[in-house]
Amino acid sequence: MLLSKIIRTGLVTEPLDGDSAKFIELARESRAEIRRHLGRALAIREVDAGSCNGCEIEISGLVGPVYDCERFGIHFVASPRHADMLLVTGPVTRNMKVPLLKTYEATPAPKLVVAVGDCAKHCGVFKGSYAVAGSVADVIPVDVFVTGCPPEPAEILLGILAALGRLPR
Amino acid sequence: MRALFLAMLIAYSLGALAALAGGRSALGRRLVALGAVAGSGAGLALGAAVIATGVPFALSFPWLLPLGGGLALRLDSLGAFFLVVVGVGAIPAAVYGAGYSAAYEDGRASLPLLGVMFNLFLLTMSLVTLADNVLTFLLMWEGMSLTSYFLVITESEDEEVRDAGLWYLAMTHMGLVLLLGAFMLLTGGAVSGHFEDLRGRAVSLTPGTRDLVYLLALLGFGSKAGIVPLHVWLPRAHPAAPSHVSALLSGVMIKMGVYGLLRVVLDLLGGGPAWWGGLVLGVGVVSALLGVLYALMEHDLKRLLAFHSVENIGIILIGIGAGLMFHRYGLMSLAALGFIGGLYHVINHAAFKSLLFLGAGSVLYATGTRNMEEMGGLIKRMPWTAIFFLIGAVAISALPPLNGFVSEWLIFQSLLGGVQIPVPEVAAVMPVAVGLLALTSGLTAACFVKAFGITFLALPRSLKAAEAHESPWSMRLGMAGLGLGCIGLGVAAFAVVPVLGRVLAGLGGLPDTRAEFTLNVFLHTPSGLGQMSPTLMALGLVLLLGLLPSVLWLFRLQRRRRLSDPWGCGRVGQTARMEYTATAFAEPLKRVFADIYRPMKKLTVDFHPRSKYFVQSIEYRSEITPWFDQALYRPFLESATFVAKQMRRLQAGSLHLYLLYIAVVLIVLLVFARWF
Amino acid sequence: MVLTVEYALEVSQAVFGLALAPFLVGFVRWVKARLQNRRGAPPWQLYYELAKLFGKEVVVSREASWLFYFAPYVVFASTLAAAFLVPLLFAPLPFDGLGDLLAVVYLLMLGTFFLALAGLDPGTAFGGMGSSREMTVAAIAEPTIAVAIFSLAIGTGSTNLGRMVTLTLDNPATAISPGHLLAFAALFIVALAETGRLPVDNPATHLELTMIHEAMILEYSGRYLALIEWAAALKFMIFLSLLANLFLPWGVATDFSPVTISAAVVAFLLKVGCLGLLIAFTETHVAKLRLFRVPELLGVSFVLALLAVTSSLLLK
Repeated sequence: MLLSKIIRTGLVTEPLDGDSAKFIELARESRAEIRRHLGRALAIREVDAGSCNGCEIEISGLVGPVYDCERFGIHFVASPRHADMLLVTGPVTRNMKVPLLKTYEATPAPKLVVAVGDCAKHCGVFKGSYAVAGSVADVIPVDVFVTGCPPEPAEILLGILAALGRLPR
Repeated sequence: MRALFLAMLIAYSLGALAALAGGRSALGRRLVALGAVAGSGAGLALGAAVIATGVPFALSFPWLLPLGGGLALRLDSLGAFFLVVVGVGAIPAAVYGAGYSAAYEDGRASLPLLGVMFNLFLLTMSLVTLADNVLTFLLMWEGMSLTSYFLVITESEDEEVRDAGLWYLAMTHMGLVLLLGAFMLLTGGAVSGHFEDLRGRAVSLTPGTRDLVYLLALLGFGSKAGIVPLHVWLPRAHPAAPSHVSALLSGVMIKMGVYGLLRVVLDLLGGGPAWWGGLVLGVGVVSALLGVLYALMEHDLKRLLAFHSVENIGIILIGIGAGLMFHRYGLMSLAALGFIGGLYHVINHAAFKSLLFLGAGSVLYATGTRNMEEMGGLIKRMPWTAIFFLIGAVAISALPPLNGFVSEWLIFQSLLGGVQIPVPEVAAVMPVAVGLLALTSGLTAACFVKAFGITFLALPRSLKAAEAHESPWSMRLGMAGLGLGCIGLGVAAFAVVPVLGRVLAGLGGLPDTRAEFTLNVFLHTPSGLGQMSPTLMALGLVLLLGLLPSVLWLFRLQRRRRLSDPWGCGRVGQTARMEYTATAFAEPLKRVFADIYRPMKKLTVDFHPRSKYFVQSIEYRSEITPWFDQALYRPFLESATFVAKQMRRLQAGSLHLYLLYIAVVLIVLLVFARWF
Repeated sequence: MVLTVEYALEVSQAVFGLALAPFLVGFVRWVKARLQNRRGAPPWQLYYELAKLFGKEVVVSREASWLFYFAPYVVFASTLAAAFLVPLLFAPLPFDGLGDLLAVVYLLMLGTFFLALAGLDPGTAFGGMGSSREMTVAAIAEPTIAVAIFSLAIGTGSTNLGRMVTLTLDNPATAISPGHLLAFAALFIVALAETGRLPVDNPATHLELTMIHEAMILEYSGRYLALIEWAAALKFMIFLSLLANLFLPWGVATDFSPVTISAAVVAFLLKVGCLGLLIAFTETHVAKLRLFRVPELLGVSFVLALLAVTSSLLLK
């Protein structure tokens, strides 16, 4: 019965089109070495540095059938030691500052950082709060900012691909 | 050969004398060790000579103890093998002991006593294998038990040690009584208990008597070997003894039980009905399984090893039981395979268990504690001990290509040959035995991941572990010798198996199976079922291990390495309290086998006096008491104490009452003598 | 001369297995993705991942000892050594007498032992948890494997793998005997347990409390991680080829002509591919079992194995 449902539903993955580039900001130019090295197989460690979880819900859509990040060779891992890229959300709260630094330090080189959401870029609605230590770029070097509150999964995916230098033309 | 025997006697005696003369000084300790090494070396040479030439060595002194036929000594191949085992275990232990006994110089144990008893223990144990009549055998057996008792209670200031000694003394004498019964039935009241005569007599005994002799021998020798449920002295006595003595007790002395069993059942009685083998097999399976299950739950390193001795005796008995069963059905080559598997495991166990106990002793010497929960990180502070312990752990977990794997493989193959037994109900026992043997082997691996991992790896869990230091060179030398032995016995299996075949030739009608086991690097089984070469496997593994880094280097994949904090989900700081503990490691298995363990759980919650919703403290206590102690021994001990208390009433303390007793007994005796 | 050809074939078979293993794991992942109605990564994705990992920096915990560096090599070497003994394409081969099925099982156990120790080494709690669970599952799976080996040995008359294959090819009736079928079912469940597949362990989980295999390797990175992942894929390949070639040996080349060799390759790919499909379907249909339900599942497999042996014994 499960099998018949699977067959009836068919493939639901939507093709990714590239014109949402206005939500992406390249902080650093992607190096050719990165593209060669990590372009085909990327392991991502997601770090919630104090977000409201809105971005997390959008990120969790990435592994679903509709946005399917795996078709680009991207998958999520549990340990930063296994990861190539950190996907950071939220303004960096005081309590999450050191863990974020430790996570960055635990990731082996070459590594990338993509900051997702307005909070990650400029602390969003939490700007100036006593609990916030700064934006992600104040703590660790960032390669790509994906702005939005929250950004759509397609935009996040485009941001990741931009960091790899693999934006679909 | 007579020269070797005399050398053995003299060396041990000199060692004992050296202990008496100057046991407390460093020179004295070294002389004691030297005496033991020379003595056991001579014994080893003697045994090897007998096995190599096939000519037994005989010596008798009928005038020494004329009542029982005198002192008769004869070393045939079987005894020679066990004498070799004594040597293999004793030499490294003695070398180790030279350094280890320095810890007793502060006077909490008597070093002269230790030295004397050590040498006498080895001497009597060697003479057990040489004994050729009942009197010599039992005398040496008792001597072995008594000297080992004194060794066990070396640290007699500790109450636990004295308690352990008491249990040990009681159980070994219970075994002695059973052995006395068995031998009395065998001799049938004849004065000369020469084994040769017994062999002849045994054929004409009634089946009922033979069964009884078998049962008494199994229970008597089994209690020395440590079968379940007569094993209760093992986990008490082995940890209590000094570590090099524990190595000898576990590695060598309990094998004397196996020797006795083989001697009586296979040699003197010449084998018996299938249920004899089946009983040994069953006892072996139960001991193996329960031994490893209780070992898993221990966090006292030496108690864990002691329970593993119970398990390994079980494995040896599985091999021997299978051999006995095949013997009954006339499948001689399969029987030889089973016995060879059992005997191989005897010497393997002597090697790796001694190694493990010596390693545990090093840890105890360095940290002052046996509790695994207080250790950790010792691999960095005691690298040599760690490597040797790892070799022992890999060997006991039956992992290729070390020696444990070879003997377990042989025992598996012999059980697989059970398909050839003509009686299907009996043959159906074998798969169950195979399954349970595999289970114990898997659980052993789990247990030693725990034992090695918690003790040596990660961060130190206490100050004692953080300040540990490596052992002196003599202790390391002893361990190194045994480590090499483990590797050698595994890789050179093709050389050991024919020797074992030669040892068994002639016993109970077994043919000389030398021809069946090929002498090249492969091990074939006579049933044609399996073939394996541990030598080539070892070669292959080493080759591959060397190939890999070379290939990586070739592809220039050896990039830089960066040291960092352990990943703890970004947590600030890592302390030893965040590591896994031994209890936590074994917890899933405790849950799986909860029906066997029946752990006692006690949860105490302290509430705030004002409100039930605020908890001040929670105490959780979980204990596993082996249910033999509760179900079997405690009722027995309680009833014995009860009876003794009742008997105490007879000792009222009044002289008149005692005189009355004497008069009454005298009259009764006179009546008896007159009328019967 | 013939002997050198045989040794060359032996080595090439092992290299073939080693090279194919990532593709097999990738294939199963791809099928699972399609069953989840999404595109998924192509089946050769794992090659890219391994290549990437070999080029990455290695970050090691300060508390780790030499065992941490040594363990990935032991795991890989022991799994590769086991792969040499398994008949993937040809039977029998000169290395066949080197080790039988018991030796293969214990070689794999050697890898598990060292991996479990490596999990305990850095001193993290996750590693200890992974080691504890892995050893529990491995220990409880052992009796099933041993009894299944027994049943196969009774049916075919040998425990050496090459001989088992040739003996089954000689009497095809043994392949459909109830003993063999029950042993297949038992070994299938054990294969799921030992290779860390659902319902025993989810290979794609990133929740540490649900991990068994993954938890032990959380501290590894770079080339060590690549070696361990490759060894895990190779172990998966070994189990699938055992299931394929021991129970359905048709297609395995017994002589060494080019025709039989290519037929062997095709047959092997077909059989292992079907098994991979079966595993992908199984993984999609079931949910992960709670850890303390796993012994029940393995108990079921043990009973199946015992039934296999009893029926083999009775029908002899």
